[in-house]
Amino acid sequence: MGKKGTETLVGLFVLLGILGLLFLALKAANLASFGGGDGYALTAKFDNIGGLKARAPVRSAGVTVGRVVSITLDPKTYQGVVRLEVDKSYQFPKDTSARILTAGLLGDQYIGLEPGADEKNLAAGDQIGSTQSAVVLESLISQFLFNKAADAGAAAPQPAPAPPAGGIKK
Amino acid sequence: MNPLAALGVHSLSVLRSLGHAAFFFVELMRAMPDAMRRFGLVVVQIHAIGNRSLVIILASGLAVGFVLALQLYYALVTYGASESLGLIVNLSLVRELGPVVTGLLFAGRAGTSLTAEIGLMKAGEQLAAMEMMAIDPKSRVLAPRFLAGVISMPILAILFSAIGILGAYVVAVMLIGVDAGNFWSIMQSKVDVWRDVANGIVKSAVFGVICTFVALYQGYETEATPEGVAYATTRTVVVSSLAVLGMDFILTALMFSTP
Repeated sequence: MGKKGTETLVGLFVLLGILGLLFLALKAANLASFGGGDGYALTAKFDNIGGLKARAPVRSAGVTVGRVVSITLDPKTYQGVVRLEVDKSYQFPKDTSARILTAGLLGDQYIGLEPGADEKNLAAGDQIGSTQSAVVLESLISQFLFNKAADAGAAAPQPAPAPPAGGIKK
Repeated sequence: MNPLAALGVHSLSVLRSLGHAAFFFVELMRAMPDAMRRFGLVVVQIHAIGNRSLVIILASGLAVGFVLALQLYYALVTYGASESLGLIVNLSLVRELGPVVTGLLFAGRAGTSLTAEIGLMKAGEQLAAMEMMAIDPKSRVLAPRFLAGVISMPILAILFSAIGILGAYVVAVMLIGVDAGNFWSIMQSKVDVWRDVANGIVKSAVFGVICTFVALYQGYETEATPEGVAYATTRTVVVSSLAVLGMDFILTALMFSTP
């Protein structure tokens, strides 16, 4: 084989590598889905962000419209400050509210945007006013137990209810 | 000789060979600008190292993709999570299996041939003859091969991962019937280009440096006898495989320790 043939084959090899890289980056990874850069930034403060992570999706009506850029703690109010980047093609009213939701029972957490009815839209750098924190399972359970105990205390003043005579099997 | 002295001699000889290899590496790096200037030599070597490894790499990648998809499907379908199959195949290929298995195959396919070639050149005193003609064999023979190995290895690893994912697609979507849209979209939402794909490529480049360097060093330092060349070829495979596996653990710990 001549020198030209070798060079062509090597060129083919490198081209194949580039095609493989493009496939990995565009088809099998997230480069195409939301590259960033063509979005605008918003912030939202939450009392508790739960398990939210950077790069988590921002969804409205279930449609992914952006990504979480960073999560920091406000040193004054001790709230979690979440910076979002929302795709430029989606505009939301000024009184839009943000909630931290969970995909499925055990899935990843994401931010859900609930559009309001304001005439004006959120601009870059704005803060989302009304937010709802993530549901933390432990606090939910403790709240449930607390309510249960309060109910039990109100309904049954006598210390130990006697076993039912009829013997209702559970 | 008492055991203490034997231990001392052994440690010193290990240290000496490490130092020797380090000096060899520095000299190889010094010869690199020469190799860059004569890029034609590098192209010929990419053909010998990269193109000729293509078949084994593609076949192995396809097989790994097939088998991963089958096994993961049986494991995942009990949890109703068979759509995540593509994601798991992708992450394991791009992060770990692609670079590591390519590294191991590369050591077996290209490393051995490099060692045998250089070793026989040395045994036939071709390298000494070059030196006699005031041609530095490091910049003329070794550096182009090193460069070619370092260039070829990431390309091979990329192709391994890509064909593995395609293989998983064939098995999961075409044969088993996992939903194609979910297969790709879960993958796209969870695989990060920089954290996963780019780190995998960095890994494969590091493995390329390790494998090619070990092969060249073993070939260059071989005893100039048939047994010496045979021994050096074996050592190339053993040393570079162990180095790839060990280095992979370190790199994984450095790259993926934070979620």
